[in-house]
Amino acid sequence: MPEQLLFAMEVTLNGLMAGVLYALVALGFVLIYKASGIFNFAQGVMALFAAMTLVGIMEGQVPFSHLINGVLGTDVHHFGWHVPGALAILLTVGVMVILAWAVQRFVFRHLVNQEPIILFMATIGLAYFLEGLSDLMWGSEIRTLNVGLPQGINETIDRVTYDLFGYGFFIDNLDIVASVIAALLVAALVAFSQYTKQGRAMRAVADDHQAALSVGISLNYIWVLVWSLAGFVALVAGIMWGTKSGVQFSLSLIALKALPVLMLGGFTSIPGAIVGGLIIGVGEKLFEFLLGSALGGATENWFAYVLALLFLLFRPQGLFGEKIIERV
Amino acid sequence: MKLKLTTLALGAVLAAGPALAELVFPDLSYRTGPYAAGGIPFSDGYNDYFTLLNERDGGIGGAPIRVVECETGYNTEKGVECYESTKGEGALIYQPLSTGITYQLIPKATADGIPMHTMGYGRTSAKNGEVFSHVFNYPANYWDGASGVVNYLLEINDGDIKGKKLALVYHNSAYGKEPIRTLEELSKKHGFELILLPVDHPGQEQKSQWLQIRRDRPDYVTMWGWGVMNQVAVQEAANIRFPMENFIGVWWSGAEHDVLPAGDAANGYKAVTFHNVGRDFPIYEDLQTHVVDTGKAAGAGDQLGNVLYNRGLYAAMLAAEAAKKAQEIHGTPDITPAMMRDGMEALEITEERMAELGMPNFGPTFAVSCENHGGPGLVGVAQWDAGSKTWSLVSDFKPTDGEVIGALIAEDSAAYAAENNIEPQCK
Repeated sequence: MPEQLLFAMEVTLNGLMAGVLYALVALGFVLIYKASGIFNFAQGVMALFAAMTLVGIMEGQVPFSHLINGVLGTDVHHFGWHVPGALAILLTVGVMVILAWAVQRFVFRHLVNQEPIILFMATIGLAYFLEGLSDLMWGSEIRTLNVGLPQGINETIDRVTYDLFGYGFFIDNLDIVASVIAALLVAALVAFSQYTKQGRAMRAVADDHQAALSVGISLNYIWVLVWSLAGFVALVAGIMWGTKSGVQFSLSLIALKALPVLMLGGFTSIPGAIVGGLIIGVGEKLFEFLLGSALGGATENWFAYVLALLFLLFRPQGLFGEKIIERV
Repeated sequence: MKLKLTTLALGAVLAAGPALAELVFPDLSYRTGPYAAGGIPFSDGYNDYFTLLNERDGGIGGAPIRVVECETGYNTEKGVECYESTKGEGALIYQPLSTGITYQLIPKATADGIPMHTMGYGRTSAKNGEVFSHVFNYPANYWDGASGVVNYLLEINDGDIKGKKLALVYHNSAYGKEPIRTLEELSKKHGFELILLPVDHPGQEQKSQWLQIRRDRPDYVTMWGWGVMNQVAVQEAANIRFPMENFIGVWWSGAEHDVLPAGDAANGYKAVTFHNVGRDFPIYEDLQTHVVDTGKAAGAGDQLGNVLYNRGLYAAMLAAEAAKKAQEIHGTPDITPAMMRDGMEALEITEERMAELGMPNFGPTFAVSCENHGGPGLVGVAQWDAGSKTWSLVSDFKPTDGEVIGALIAEDSAAYAAENNIEPQCK
């Protein structure tokens, strides 16, 4: 098999894996948009906040220690214990649920029936607030996150492809784990929204707030539920990306990678986020491989947006999004 | 009795005389935002050195020091705002710790007559003091860094790197592109092949670049990264099993937080540097006694000994030494920014002086002149030991390729002079 074709196959596989990681971030956006029509600008920062909280809990760090020490003149930093990864994840989920409740109670409850742009602006404010809160609670250091996920080249794929083609493919073990987790997450979310009472209520709210209220569905409860789910998805994305790069402020910027995925897959479709992620992942990697060097390299960021814009021209609602019909 | 009266009279005169003005050193820091992990240790080191001088020596030449900190968030606009809001306080020198802010401040600071020190960053051709009268970038600049990498490769290859492949993984920005021209010239001179691999901001996704490295199999990789790009690159290099000892970053890609997230896999990674690493210097005892133990350490006081903390200490030491030189030249402890500029231009750092300051072999020895605001460009190499979680110097400070760099500096500074109607001269 020609060498270039083998490289292209390797790039495609890695593009698929990268796409899954993008989709993980996009999922959080979809969940909130689907249920409340809010484009949550703070989703990336939620991933940062969740990952920082997870590492902080695992390391037994005293939250707000800089503030406490500054005000009280103390010198406390750690409780002196380490929390196992699984328990820390559970505790972080708890924190994300509390955050969801607080966001609903103190922000969006007061903005019911406001224009979408007002709600969007509120999420921008929320993003900056969470950035500051994250810094204040856990500090600005880059933290190592180790919840036992494997990293590095997958030996089996390397060996098998070498035996088959004479060239071993590189696939990162972390990407494989992320793909499995993303698949499970999507299956669980789809099952939740289709087969549970809360899931059906969530869909009812998404269809029509007023109608849902009239049949006794609590809007507050459903929104807290949705923001909690988005917080959980943010935690998963934060773990995957944070394992790769260390947990740090830049995690909040992963939202930039999710935007073209949403534009392509549609803001209201969970499978759309996955398919959109895969298309963006493969598209940007193949484009970089085939034309990157001719164009000076570093094409991935802008190419993802160009690809999404092209889709917008032909399907403004995205591949799987619901067509918007305004009747006058 | 007569002596006592004279002493009392002198004391009374001194007490009644005007108090010495403060020496103001602004600290354009970034303790928040995506680059805070790099900004915090530098700023802590910068502040702690001046605190030490105040506590131990009563300032510089008897004049107390005041550090004015202003948060830039590594944002160019905020950096300019910080400059504008602090220059009126009698700022003697600016060290913005950002190439973007530096570029914006060069014309402003020059017009205001306030010197800038951009150590290892900023506009490289500012080394030409005949054009950039108020900008200094001693002891080394970006192009010295690029040449330092190549010199090190020559050193470990018995002076011959012809036919070798060197890949440059760089932040796709003005900063990241800085070494390209120098490396291109050096590749012609030494016959190595240069592969350019840009990474888009912020650098969280680098799979394409490292797959290409895996395919092209370069002998060495060098990196011009900052922020998250560094941690991801080290992790990706480990993932594809690129030999870490053949991976050499610039000094902005060579701190503890750049390698710690990759754990043991980062062992052996190297970075060029223009100052020493670790805390095995007598000054750390003084810092402990006069700054840490007295509760006056900047920030959380947990950065001592880190690479970027040392860089902050070093930057402050060079500023303090220039202020001292200015006091000597002008015969007064109350120096102005113009006097500070004179001090910087006459600065000489010797091994004896560094030893006196409790910082033996902390950096290269050098002298500044009007023609040369960048010093000799001596560059060393540090290596990371993942076991002990420490950096150590594996190659001492050595000269870079003055022939290649000098020509590039002359060309770039001449272009700047022409654009800005500057007549190159030594005042």
